[in-house]
Amino acid sequence: MNGFIHSIESCGTVDGPGIRYVIFTQGCLLRCQYCHNADTWEIGKGKQMSVDEIIADAQTYLPFMQASGGGITVSGGEPLLQIDFLIELFRRCKQLGIHTTIDSSGGCYTTEASFQQKLDKLLAYTDLILLDVKHIDEKKHRKLTGKTNEHILAFARLLSERNVPVWIRHVLVPTVTDDENDLQRLAAFIRTLRNVEKIEVLPYHQLGVYKWKALGLTYPLEGIPTPSEESVEKAKQILGAK
Amino acid sequence: MTLLTVNEALMDAWRTFKGDKWKKEIDVRDFILNNVTVYTGDESFLQAPTEATKKLWEQVMELSKLEREKGGVLNMDTEIVSTITSHGPGYLNKELEKVVGFQTDEPFKRALMPFGGIRMAEQACEAYGYQVSDEVKKIFTQYRKTHNQGVFDVYTDEMKAARKAGIITGLPDAYGRGRIIGDYRRVALYGVDRLIEEKKKDLRNTGARTMSEDIIRLREELAEQIRALQELKEMAASYGYNISKPARNAHEAFQWLYFAYLAAIKEQNGAAMSLGRVSTFLDIYIERDLQEGTLTEREAQELVDHFVMKLRLVKFARTPEYNELFSGDPTWVTESIGGVAIDGRPLVTKNSFRFLHTLDNLGPAPEPNLTVLWSTKLPEAFKKYCAKMSIQTSSIQYENDDLMRPEFGDDYGIACCVSAMRIGKQMQFFGARANLAKALLYAINGGVDEKLKVQIGPEFAPITSEYLDYEEVMRKFDNVMEWLAELYINTLNIIHYMHDKYCYERIEMALHDTNVMRTMATGIAGLSVVADSLSAMKYAKVKTIRDENGLAVDFEIEGDFPKYGNNDDRVDSIAVDIVERFMTKLRKHKTYRDSKHTTSILTITSNVVYGKKTGNTPDGRRAGEPFAPGANPLHGRDTKGALASLSSVAKLPYEYALDGISNTFSIVPKALGKDDATRIQNLVAILDGYAQKRGHHLNVNVFNRETLLDAMEHPEKYPQLTIRVSGYAVNFIKLTREQQIDVINRTFHETM
Repeated sequence: MNGFIHSIESCGTVDGPGIRYVIFTQGCLLRCQYCHNADTWEIGKGKQMSVDEIIADAQTYLPFMQASGGGITVSGGEPLLQIDFLIELFRRCKQLGIHTTIDSSGGCYTTEASFQQKLDKLLAYTDLILLDVKHIDEKKHRKLTGKTNEHILAFARLLSERNVPVWIRHVLVPTVTDDENDLQRLAAFIRTLRNVEKIEVLPYHQLGVYKWKALGLTYPLEGIPTPSEESVEKAKQILGAK
Repeated sequence: MTLLTVNEALMDAWRTFKGDKWKKEIDVRDFILNNVTVYTGDESFLQAPTEATKKLWEQVMELSKLEREKGGVLNMDTEIVSTITSHGPGYLNKELEKVVGFQTDEPFKRALMPFGGIRMAEQACEAYGYQVSDEVKKIFTQYRKTHNQGVFDVYTDEMKAARKAGIITGLPDAYGRGRIIGDYRRVALYGVDRLIEEKKKDLRNTGARTMSEDIIRLREELAEQIRALQELKEMAASYGYNISKPARNAHEAFQWLYFAYLAAIKEQNGAAMSLGRVSTFLDIYIERDLQEGTLTEREAQELVDHFVMKLRLVKFARTPEYNELFSGDPTWVTESIGGVAIDGRPLVTKNSFRFLHTLDNLGPAPEPNLTVLWSTKLPEAFKKYCAKMSIQTSSIQYENDDLMRPEFGDDYGIACCVSAMRIGKQMQFFGARANLAKALLYAINGGVDEKLKVQIGPEFAPITSEYLDYEEVMRKFDNVMEWLAELYINTLNIIHYMHDKYCYERIEMALHDTNVMRTMATGIAGLSVVADSLSAMKYAKVKTIRDENGLAVDFEIEGDFPKYGNNDDRVDSIAVDIVERFMTKLRKHKTYRDSKHTTSILTITSNVVYGKKTGNTPDGRRAGEPFAPGANPLHGRDTKGALASLSSVAKLPYEYALDGISNTFSIVPKALGKDDATRIQNLVAILDGYAQKRGHHLNVNVFNRETLLDAMEHPEKYPQLTIRVSGYAVNFIKLTREQQIDVINRTFHETM
């Protein structure tokens, strides 16, 4: 079983608990205006790597994972686009006692039976999902990402029903995702979920802008500054992030 | 003094100490294991600096400023040749200092030390606008030979050529070899008289029958050691202390121990003048005083602060060439902290904390070189405190006690950076390093130096093909290493013969057992360049570009290849193989005084000089560009994150590089985690994981704003500086200036 991989980071410390082996998968359906990994968008590109190959590599980091209470995080791109690969990878991880995390925006979630079946399988091997809710407002979500947020919120509800541990993440972009009313609505939505272990506010940054330029793309948020400390604190307060 | 009163003095000094063996014979380890109070708590007991400490440190900062303004040296002695007793007492502030003694009669005045070489002493003075007195010059040219002269009398033409070409460089043939740790604790525990008695006994027992050259040399050395011990007493007496008897309390123990160390740095300008493993030893005295109610915690910290202040003020007169090898005026007053005893008890005491706490009380500093002997079995609270101080100050290095303990026991210390040795029982002949990257070029060019364009190595057939064949290059490289290993050991034999003869470390060796284990400590430079070059030949295509004489002076790589530093066995195994091969070759050759062959993968800052002297290499590195330091991957080539890089280095076999494998790890606070508690936890985990993977040494840099600014100006120093912000990573040095400023601002905000 092969996956399309953008890159691997052996020392991830911000995508789940402890020190994590982070696999950035290639391919995403969303086109978020603030994306800092625009080079992971295109589907079918990247390096093909087998589950065996990844497991053999990841295993060499077990001492670090064990000492830190860490594990493996699959990020992207959108990991769920390669769900078969993910199932096999996580099945093997669990055999080795490795904590598994998916960093997803739920962008390709559907209620189709075949996807649901696979998701069932995957969730059996998944310890944590980092769910990136880009925007609570449907229209603004569409503008920001190019897609509706309906299926993403549905995905969040499903995870709540199944009681899969989730960390909700929200990228705070001045003038785009920091409207107080929107944040209140997002907070209200989060309160309806019963599986949320942690809420993280991620301040927008411009460190991925060079990738847009390298890809020959125009950066849509040109000129938008990073959020102030105060606004980050305020958003945290509203969302109940610690 | 009658025998009875001597015993009374001992009884008094040793009044509550347990154990017998150490009383009968010199055995500091036995004393420590019998009397140590292991501390498993946290840092909450630590005390802030006293008024006296603050005042003294202000004075030091003021003098340091003056020193900088004067171009790096405040004052130099040009008349008096430094010996243990050469100068009268010197003070910062006699009323306030709890621990006294300077190398000369005033602080910051650098001593004149010509025994290693008069020319070097002269150059060191001249570099700062001073002149060695005519009389001293005359003495050391007309009447008294130096180490340097001895070496050059004997060097062969081949050795001189190899030295000039830089295939063997940084040799201690013009400066003090250092890397010898006297067991300075012995002076505190036993007093000097007892040590003299023991040495006299050894002298009587040395060579009753056959006066071979070895025995004659040893008898002469013992006589010198005894003389040096007597001078040590004399020097202490000039400060008003009688150290002939054991120290009776903590204050005396610190002072006695420091006098012993001071004698060493008055006598020797060694490259590394390391201290050993004193903090836990001294804790035993502090604990006793605390128990007896004669010392408070505040006073205990003051003793440590004042002692450490003295260690920060060790200064030597050194030449610009020396500074090029080892930049930043280092003295390597290395103190080894922590570790675990063979019986499983951690050797962490409150004093382990107090020593690290000086980084708070006096602020961060490069000296003393605080080295934590890391074990996965250290108490958790201590691990966390170390990580916390590392994150705060980037001033601590870590070495794997779980790896070293089986080799060196539980009373070893680190000399210089990574060289473990049993304290008082083992010394090394420091041997700088061989440039294996250049050796690889010799393999391609038939022993002709790519820079000097002259034959340096043996004249064998060069490689003439357009593309480099891995197998062919490997065969020739193996031959070059064979030649180099022999030349290298022979060169070192000469150096250390002469150092023993003309620049013998009398007091340091007086504080060793008479029969010591000696190692011949070679070194390797350019390991990552060699590994990547060979990998390029094996997995890509390397085309040679030749000059008008057919010499391969540049290389073009077609295709990609695995690079050392990405936890990729295809290339990491090449690095491992090179270390094993070279070490195996070194072992074939007889060493001076039958010392045991070892090697290190450590360059200190000389990776820059080695790089300067080496042409274009087949890995794509340009001529003159620095090598990676120590065992590090070349900057920018490790692209799979910090742990992949650490994992590659951890594969290098310590058994083949017992003199140490150095790795410098640089990380920004954000990359360690989002908040302080997470960062501490993650750094502890990285150190535990690296230890479990049998990594040897780690310099941990966690950069604050100032260092990031420095990184902007000197990106080559920060190859692995990675920032991860909410789910993605960038290499700091690849960011634009504006982005760097952005990161710097955020990092700064965080530390507010």
